[in-house]
Amino acid sequence: MPYTANQPPKVLITDELKARIPGWGVDLNPLDRPSVPRERRDLITGAHWEFPERQEEKVPRERSVEHQMLPPVFGTTCPPKGLSGVIRRRAYTYSEGRAAHWLLLILGDRVDAWESHVRSLASGRPDNPVTESGVFAEFRNHPVISRKGRKADLAHVWMDPVIVFGPWVGAAAAVVLSGRALARAAARRH
Amino acid sequence: MKAMVYRGPYEIRVEDKDIPRIEHPNDAIVRVTRAAICGSDLHLYHGMIPDTRVGSTFGHEFVGVVHEVGPSVQHLMPGARVMVPFNIFCGTCYFCSRGLYSNCHNVNPNATAVGGIYGYSHTCGGYDGGQAEFVRVPFADVGPSPIPEWMSEEDAVMLTDAVPTGYFGAQLGDIGEGDTVVVFGAGPVGLVAAKSAWLMGAGRVIVIDHLEYRLEKARTFAHAETYNFLEYDDIVVHLKKITEGLGADVVIEAVGAEAVGNLTQHVAAAKLKLQGGSPVALNWAIDSARKAGTVSVLGAYGPIFSAVKFGDAMQKGLTLRMNQCPVKRQWPRLFEHVRNGYLKPSDLITHRIPLEHIAEGYHLFSNKLDNCIKSLLTPNGA
Repeated sequence: MPYTANQPPKVLITDELKARIPGWGVDLNPLDRPSVPRERRDLITGAHWEFPERQEEKVPRERSVEHQMLPPVFGTTCPPKGLSGVIRRRAYTYSEGRAAHWLLLILGDRVDAWESHVRSLASGRPDNPVTESGVFAEFRNHPVISRKGRKADLAHVWMDPVIVFGPWVGAAAAVVLSGRALARAAARRH
Repeated sequence: MKAMVYRGPYEIRVEDKDIPRIEHPNDAIVRVTRAAICGSDLHLYHGMIPDTRVGSTFGHEFVGVVHEVGPSVQHLMPGARVMVPFNIFCGTCYFCSRGLYSNCHNVNPNATAVGGIYGYSHTCGGYDGGQAEFVRVPFADVGPSPIPEWMSEEDAVMLTDAVPTGYFGAQLGDIGEGDTVVVFGAGPVGLVAAKSAWLMGAGRVIVIDHLEYRLEKARTFAHAETYNFLEYDDIVVHLKKITEGLGADVVIEAVGAEAVGNLTQHVAAAKLKLQGGSPVALNWAIDSARKAGTVSVLGAYGPIFSAVKFGDAMQKGLTLRMNQCPVKRQWPRLFEHVRNGYLKPSDLITHRIPLEHIAEGYHLFSNKLDNCIKSLLTPNGA
């Protein structure tokens, strides 16, 4: 009980415990653990430079305003493009400490997804929200037994289909309603 | 080459992409033979991590064979079988020179707060990941290591993130002999953290989750005492009761941004993306640690604000410790532990999935179907 100075009894480390758990206590000495102390200057990394050679910047690379220069190595996948690219570039004018930076990036992600869905319609391989959701895994992986009792997160997984398919249904409805409105407007003009 | 490609939240597919090219003299191109889907990949898949771009390839846990090396690479040759830590790091910046490889300052233009991670959004540097047939590996003389002859590829791929991260989390807890250690989350990282707590001399290891099959794994793999939080009105009160009112000496949070257990928090974070993560497990960790105890945070959260009970942490005088794991620092010791049989990483693998079926693989993992704990991908038909 913490109401007195008596220390609650620690668990007795018995031979039975050591026998039950292979390796018990092999890292008992805190000073002999790989990440102790946190900062060490004696580790050999394999690097043979003081400062690395610089990767060529073939496409202007967005970067945090908190960086004083473009780091020598960076990823080159998916440079910003379209409206999402405009939003993302704007986001990088704010520091990482500003909510605007992150919220604009999240907005850019949502716009990117929809831009890409629309762009895919003009490509040879339009997005298929059914196959891309992986929902066919349900047929081969015991969907009922897996969710029986308390085995799965039933309180929340029901939301996933709404999140995956809801925007598609909403977009389709918007297209249909807009089309009908335009058709009515055209009919009125004639 | 075939590669997993993100198409938007909850939507991915396999596409043909160009084989990556050497872009820096110390790059290598690795042909991937095994990759894994990490719990933190689900945060990307669910659209929670800012600047996750359509067209990018996920995957920060992979092993493979060196296919090509840049002109300045000295330590690797084509044909070498290598394991690649999830951290991309230069080896010589302020942070790397102090062993903080996960905090490298030379690999991520997009954020100074975050290091470089393969296939983990532009917030982590904009690199494609290893859920593909080939992947670009920067700083090939620093990150990758040859896989020891005696080690299986399945053990090796588990050592690129999940196992070292769990082991690192136990170290952050600064566990002493006989300590009571509580681990929130019985995924691969939490299971390894629990097992590692014993290696560091814990006297009692308790694992909390809501998925029974994972708690069963915690009992067999990690020899832990387990509790399903759904069976208790208040898991924090229960933990206090079973620790004589004191709380745990060390609590390890191995859940992260999509924690359940509080509908409002979960929906605000995981579904509506209104906070960086659902801090349910983190708040439970703060509340169930004893005063002046230590909370070790391994769970990944997005960079925006989360509703964390910081006041309780301050009033209790807790030590909060956290970081992405500097993987390569852990390897020599973990190799010993695997060789001695103290850790058997491949015991955590439950599913093996061809790359072509990756959309189903993510759905399976996201929905915890078929008692899934860890899925491996075989990009080159291995």
